[in-house]
Amino acid sequence: MSSHPIPTTGPPGGEPPILAPGHSFATVSDKIGSIVLKRGAPRGWWIGFGISFALVMALFMALSYLLARGTGIWGINAPVGWGFAIINFVWWIGIGHAGTLISAILLLLKQDWRTSINRFAEAMTLFAVACAGIYPLIHMGRPWFFYWMTPYPSTMAIWPNFRSPLVWDVFAVSTYATVSALFWFIGLIPDLATLRDRSKNRTSRIVYGMLAMGWRGSAAHWHRYEVASLLLAGLATPLVVSVHTVVSFDFTIGIIPGWHATIFPPYFVAGAIYAGFAMVLLIAIPLRAVYGLQDFITERHLGNMAKVLLATSMIVVYGYLMEAFFSWYSGNAYERGMYLQRTTGPYAWAYWCLLLCNLVTPQLLWFSRVRRSTVALFAISLVVSAGMWLERFVIVVTSLSRDFLPSSWGMYYPTIWDWTTYAGTIGLFLMLLFLFIRFLPMISIFEMRTILPEAEVEGHGHD
Amino acid sequence: MATTETPLYGLMAEFYDPTSLVNAAQKANEAGYRVMDGYSPFPIEELGEALGYRTRGRLPRIVFLGGLIGCVGGFGLQYWCAVIDYPIIVGGKPLNSWPMWIPVTFEMTILVASLAAVLGMLALNGLPRPYHPVFNVPEFRLASRDKFFLCIEAKDPKFDLDQTRQFLEKLSPGHVYEVES
Repeated sequence: MSSHPIPTTGPPGGEPPILAPGHSFATVSDKIGSIVLKRGAPRGWWIGFGISFALVMALFMALSYLLARGTGIWGINAPVGWGFAIINFVWWIGIGHAGTLISAILLLLKQDWRTSINRFAEAMTLFAVACAGIYPLIHMGRPWFFYWMTPYPSTMAIWPNFRSPLVWDVFAVSTYATVSALFWFIGLIPDLATLRDRSKNRTSRIVYGMLAMGWRGSAAHWHRYEVASLLLAGLATPLVVSVHTVVSFDFTIGIIPGWHATIFPPYFVAGAIYAGFAMVLLIAIPLRAVYGLQDFITERHLGNMAKVLLATSMIVVYGYLMEAFFSWYSGNAYERGMYLQRTTGPYAWAYWCLLLCNLVTPQLLWFSRVRRSTVALFAISLVVSAGMWLERFVIVVTSLSRDFLPSSWGMYYPTIWDWTTYAGTIGLFLMLLFLFIRFLPMISIFEMRTILPEAEVEGHGHD
Repeated sequence: MATTETPLYGLMAEFYDPTSLVNAAQKANEAGYRVMDGYSPFPIEELGEALGYRTRGRLPRIVFLGGLIGCVGGFGLQYWCAVIDYPIIVGGKPLNSWPMWIPVTFEMTILVASLAAVLGMLALNGLPRPYHPVFNVPEFRLASRDKFFLCIEAKDPKFDLDQTRQFLEKLSPGHVYEVES
């Protein structure tokens, strides 16, 4: 007999199971598949899609105006050259990290509970990276020359400066986007085959059939498939850590006070996971309510994610403490001055709001009653998302607005175009998410089958 | 009129749970059948062994090779650009300032290795494949839902329509289907 625990009964501690009892291969396949294959979408889907589509149109408007007029339409100025564009870039790319963490690191750690949340978390990663990718492009002033950042044999016979963190960013973010897309697509292949075999109309059978590439569930195929997934997970795990480390290098290689604490890389990575898990909760809670997926995304999942949120919040707070400590312990007058400006200067409101959001609010998660309440979790996740945005605001703006000389001090005020672009990328993210849940299975069907007790092969134990 | 008949791809037995499929595969392997495949809606670790496959494949080596190409290629690109083709001193650093090149080298390693993993998996599996005879059995579409199939192919030296059918019937399957090629 195999020694796997039977997950549907739940662990002995009386925790809720990761899949509600009473399901079979057929019910799991039909329940998740029918969301996609059903004709027409629920009214709520149309409302949500409509609102996010309107925001995408606002994004197009803001980008068109930006291309016509240049970055002067934003609030950036001589001391604060990195405004919303960099804040939002770091915020979005951080949100993406939880998806890869769930699909890669939790796969390597054999955490069964990841199964029902990994698919849409990976989709969230892709869409967040797409939103993040827009910002460095439009921030360049002449975005139509973006390809100058890549090494190609140009007629000017010069190469990008490989010693620059901004070139590292190009490689890190584009690799991250590519590997996330590969990981997501490879995970979808068997489910696309399920949709192909279950769809009743010809068009969807052809489309899903082409995407499934003739997948037929052969034993030899499954074997290579599993090997490939495991190797990809092993490759994606250091990749996640490296991407946000490179993003933190964008700051730490600079000479601005407050930007080169050695805590930056791990602190940025923990912040990314923190923001990402908050976003997964923000997506999962409404999804399970609207589509009746409480059997698959159970209280156990929400509870586990809440615990990850609490743990990463403590790491992030440790980062804040270390920033404060280093500014004092380094004995560097500029570091110390910057920290005083951060806590008492014109942007002090942002710093204290940030502590309220990221230090005080998550403490509620120590209580199991809070972890079990979807309303409370949703509210806390919203606060955490805002807090992580404020963190990036504080890092970017307070340091730039107060550097070495008072003559080069200045304030930063975002304009309507900053806000429109930001709202527009939120719209883009939501619109892609709405399209995803309409046309692709939001929960990995074949992996849900494997966690059923009847998936166990009797009498062929390999231990 | 034997010449107009569609040639047979194989015989396919349908099962309702993974244990029956693994047992059937093992019995078929013991009976001397070699050219066969099992089909299931999710990966079954024991099935490959029961069918008599070697457990280790070529994919890990392909991925390692991909990683190596990415690593050497990424570093080589930077070395060639900054030291050979356009040497220029930046910030007093040496031309071969290799610690600054680790991020790009690392990212290229991961990128090429990941591409090798996905494309290698697809290539070794012979995908994309628009047509395959097993899809000629209408019930086979349940292989992506809740049914399990064992197909002994006509190419197998031991294959004989009647004898193989009798053998499969003995494994107590739900059905035995003839698969047209």
